[in-house]
Amino acid sequence: MQTPAPVDYAKATSVADALAKLQEHGEEARVIAGGHSLLPMMKLRLARPDALIDLNDIPELTGIRIEGTEIVVGAMTRHREILESAILAEHYPIFREAERLIADPIVRNRGTIGGSMCQADPSADLSAVGSALKGSAVVVGPGGTRTVPLREFHQGPYETVVGPGEILTEVRYPIRPGAGSAYEKVERRAGDWGVATSGVYVVVSGGVVTDCGIGLAAVGAEHYCSPEGEAALVGKEPTEENLAAAAAATAESCSPNADQRGPADYKKHLANELTLRALRRAARASQGA
Amino acid sequence: MTAVEDAPLSAAGNPIGFGRMHRKEDVRFLRGQGNYVDDVNLPGMLHSAILRSPYAHARIVSIDTSAALALPGVHAVITGETLAGLGLAWMPTLSYDTQAVLATDKVRFQGQEVAFVVADNRYIARDALELIDVEYDPLPAVVDAKKALDPDAPIIRDDKEGKTDNVVYEKWEAGDEAATDAAFAAADVVVTEDILYPRVHPAPMETCGSVAHMDPVTGKLKLWTTTQAPHAHRTVYALVAGLPEQNIQVISPDIGGGFGNKVPIYPGYVCSIVGSIVTGRPVKWMEDRSENLMSTGFARDYHMNVSIASTKEGKILAVKVDVLADHGAFNGVAQPTKYPAGFFHIFTGSYDYPAAYCAVKAVYTNKAPGGVAYACSFRITEAVYAIERIVDCLAAELAMDPAELRLKNLLRPEQFPYTTPTGWEYDSGDYEKTMRVAMGIAGYDDLRKEQAEKRAKGEYMGIGISFFTEGVGAGPRKHMDILGLGMADGCDLRVHPTGKAQVRLSVQSQGQGHETTFAQIVAHELGIPPEDIEVIHGDTDNTPFGLGTYGSRSTPVSGAAAALVARKVRDKARLIAAAALECAPDDLEWELGRWYVKGDPERGRTIQEIAMDAHSALELPEGVEGHLDAQVVYNPPNLTYPYGCYICVVDVDPGTGQVKVRRFIAVDDCGPRINPMIVEGQVHGGLADGVGMALMEVIAFDEDGNNLGGSFMDYLLPTSMECPDWELGETVTPSPHHPIGAKGVGESATVGSPAAVVNAVIDAISPFGVRHADMPLTPANVWRAIQGRNVRTDLAVE
Amino acid sequence: MQVTITVNGVEHTRDVEPRMLLVHFIRDELLMRGTHWGCDTSNCGACTLWVDDEPVKSCTMLAVMADGKSITTVEGLAKGGELDPVQQGFMECHGLQCGYCTPGMMMCARALLDRNPHPTEEEIREGISGNICRCTGYKNIVAAIQWAADNPAAAQSEVTA
Repeated sequence: MQTPAPVDYAKATSVADALAKLQEHGEEARVIAGGHSLLPMMKLRLARPDALIDLNDIPELTGIRIEGTEIVVGAMTRHREILESAILAEHYPIFREAERLIADPIVRNRGTIGGSMCQADPSADLSAVGSALKGSAVVVGPGGTRTVPLREFHQGPYETVVGPGEILTEVRYPIRPGAGSAYEKVERRAGDWGVATSGVYVVVSGGVVTDCGIGLAAVGAEHYCSPEGEAALVGKEPTEENLAAAAAATAESCSPNADQRGPADYKKHLANELTLRALRRAARASQGA
Repeated sequence: MTAVEDAPLSAAGNPIGFGRMHRKEDVRFLRGQGNYVDDVNLPGMLHSAILRSPYAHARIVSIDTSAALALPGVHAVITGETLAGLGLAWMPTLSYDTQAVLATDKVRFQGQEVAFVVADNRYIARDALELIDVEYDPLPAVVDAKKALDPDAPIIRDDKEGKTDNVVYEKWEAGDEAATDAAFAAADVVVTEDILYPRVHPAPMETCGSVAHMDPVTGKLKLWTTTQAPHAHRTVYALVAGLPEQNIQVISPDIGGGFGNKVPIYPGYVCSIVGSIVTGRPVKWMEDRSENLMSTGFARDYHMNVSIASTKEGKILAVKVDVLADHGAFNGVAQPTKYPAGFFHIFTGSYDYPAAYCAVKAVYTNKAPGGVAYACSFRITEAVYAIERIVDCLAAELAMDPAELRLKNLLRPEQFPYTTPTGWEYDSGDYEKTMRVAMGIAGYDDLRKEQAEKRAKGEYMGIGISFFTEGVGAGPRKHMDILGLGMADGCDLRVHPTGKAQVRLSVQSQGQGHETTFAQIVAHELGIPPEDIEVIHGDTDNTPFGLGTYGSRSTPVSGAAAALVARKVRDKARLIAAAALECAPDDLEWELGRWYVKGDPERGRTIQEIAMDAHSALELPEGVEGHLDAQVVYNPPNLTYPYGCYICVVDVDPGTGQVKVRRFIAVDDCGPRINPMIVEGQVHGGLADGVGMALMEVIAFDEDGNNLGGSFMDYLLPTSMECPDWELGETVTPSPHHPIGAKGVGESATVGSPAAVVNAVIDAISPFGVRHADMPLTPANVWRAIQGRNVRTDLAVE
Repeated sequence: MQVTITVNGVEHTRDVEPRMLLVHFIRDELLMRGTHWGCDTSNCGACTLWVDDEPVKSCTMLAVMADGKSITTVEGLAKGGELDPVQQGFMECHGLQCGYCTPGMMMCARALLDRNPHPTEEEIREGISGNICRCTGYKNIVAAIQWAADNPAAAQSEVTA
């Protein structure tokens, strides 16, 4: 089996301790969460941090709770906890639908939302979900705490706003009473990264879509979202025609690349098809159907 | 001929003969006490790693190993130059070509072996690879087999003197071309299709590896290695390295799946031996998954142009196939030497028609070597896929139900033994019966009704059929050898004084359950309970010579040897029993486990009593030596011909191209089943292979020759989610020439199932005008097929 | 770095490089060879064991990250010499062939049944979807897990080879 290059290691016991240890080990230190993005990269020696600061024993970073009008998910919350969370299931079924299709049950035991968000893989499902829901990220560093909208969190493939010496501690999602949500994904095989994915929420009120969010992964959607698609739908009735127009606008806003999962035009087609399917289900759910 | 009967049960509850029983080998596997090659740990053992080429084609300008050698914990860095000094830089392949052990002049595929590091542990060995400085001069790569013969194509094998093209072999033919052309000229209907069987990989869960220990004092080489053919490997090492064969012990311990991946000799094995010679210590080499996928024996890569001719009523008249075979950078195919295209010329399939012809041309490309692997029965996978796909294309052209078309053309029972237009002699079969059983389980007519109803609603369901005939159990020595070694196998049986036995085999299990099945064969012949019979295999110092396990040959060849050696022991036991009972041998009659006096059944000796007699002071007749043992070498008179009918039901989402395999029905006829539980397990595994190849597995390359399937993130294997709940059935038609009638089944399902899945998908999307699309039918490829787009699934997606 | 890890109830203290993968700690340091490995990319599940009763792919965790934790491997599945019902089920239903994926598959299966003692076929299939088997086509593995669910108190004596 492939093996990592030499690396230093330190276990952090609190966020403050983690920040101090990051400082101590310098710019090439990295935090390690579930390790399911970073360790495979280290085994391939595509990542060679000088030191790893282990966040796994910091209880304050885990858990899902409601604070005011937001759902707060700690950065070290495992995929399985998200999949099984009653809070998330009640407010946003999109999480459960997405999580069921993320990797496999054993990986989900270990992988974390923070690790996934910070890896910023263009195919990452939770990044699409986060952008769809217009959540925010809480980033803590030596200079203090800042809150960044998730639609500004990712700076490009494998790049985020989290700087050296900083840690993502929480992801927050606004609660939207009456919202319906859904996630659609085409994968070549169970556990594979998506060929294309689309996740949405829709709030239908008085027969009109008053609010919606569209998030996508693997299709070259900037910041994993499509404001164009959302604009095409808000204020309109959730008719098949209007949903289809929004899905088409969404696909139009995407610039996918060809890879072994499929050609660009196919992924664009899927952005349309999957968004439409997700919008239909979310709109129905919002209307209590 | 032995009929299938319910065997009596032993005191332990096992059948004394054929029937279901728990596997003997499970006891250790379930407790984590298996012994795989990576589990071998010897005192003083060192580890190793191989530096591989990042380029598909490049000249090596220089290699600087000084920094690697200076790394603490590194014991040796071996390059092609080191090996050249020992005459080992190149080695023969199983097809009389040569292959670089470590590259000296050029690298010829991405992942080719360049240098070998021996170090204290795996981590340091890997660190040292990064310190080896290789200067490459990149060359244009030949990636597309169809462009390998272009006049301006770079010459890959310029190591071969006078080589001016990339031809491996120009033309290998079978059948009668003139008769076939005449039949085509007279036909009402001709259908032609370009069909690619893309490059796939067996990818056993355990990768390849070895532990070499050359004892510096005794000169004895012990090699624990992932091989399906320990004896053949021993002989090749003796020939290549000039090591005395009696001093080489090849041990193939528990093997974590083979599927043909572990037949060839790989550079890593040779390097581990050299590493042990150089350091004087045991050296372990275990490849990682990427190395396994990128450098070891792939499978298929056959570009086939297939034509079929028929009457307008659907009577097949002739089939013609033109093949371009991609063999990669070295011709390393593992198959009987006289058959450079393997058994591909069995492509005429299970049907009755007079004329057929195939021509195969093989080329070198800048890809890893291989071609014959992945449970292919020496390229019968390609053959079955070609005929079963083209028969479906013909059905579409004739607007005839594909089941009806097959039933109209299947060989009839009275035609056996049947000589095919390309020269195979099928031993036995009742094909229609098997097909009717499969259609019955499937509820074929109801499925067609359901399909029509669904289509009316805009839902796309497909039903695919595949009927296959294999030829396995290679093979008669007169025709079949590998590197001059005839494909006969030995078997030794020794019955101890207390009546317990050890049987020694030349074949080697990679999961097939030999320790159980072969005990049952001996039990069936001798009446010794299977729990009293130990099966010994996988160690050349302790087993008779033979060519090993691949091509579904264990039961057809070694199974016959085991039955015959047991009969030989039984015959000897008769002489001993006669001496003990003071009667003539002819007065004795056999019943399971006992010789008794005809007409006086109370007077007899059990096999256990005879075993003690044989070792006792009992006076034996002249010419009868003591002890109760025997040995045989079995030279099969013909191949055996298992067959089956598979039916697959899929649902296709045309909006996304996703395929769901809803049902899969498999009815196999492999003759009598020694242990039906094991047979069914083998079939299940092969069906999963078929789903994998049909829907997701492929090793494609980009234009620079980069391997696009080099990890399990990119080379997708089916999981429990893609595999349906297999529905099995059976018919039993014994082989007339095999001692117990068994035909072999290890590869049947892998061979037969891909066509059923593909036929089902194409059937589902036929309303879009699709008649053929190449594997793998990923969502993208299905969507593109619906769009009417032809794609090369073996190249990078554009 | 010094680590102390409890494996199948026995405490082991070793000095290891921080980069050492947990699977190598188990196999190369403790010489417990029942835990296998089959890929580099966390896809195959052959290396599955439990860390604090949770199935984990041990190729994707450093040994130092398991410091102070309790690990269970396939060698710890049988209790007091008696096979776990999952092990028995794999034998009864022929849920293994080459045996290479089997330890990881069984560790996954046991944990699945501990959380869900009566899973449906679909739940079993989803539960083992991160463990690849090349030999069985999964049908008999699913059956083996169902057998274990149906025979939670089966004793080793029922199983003979």
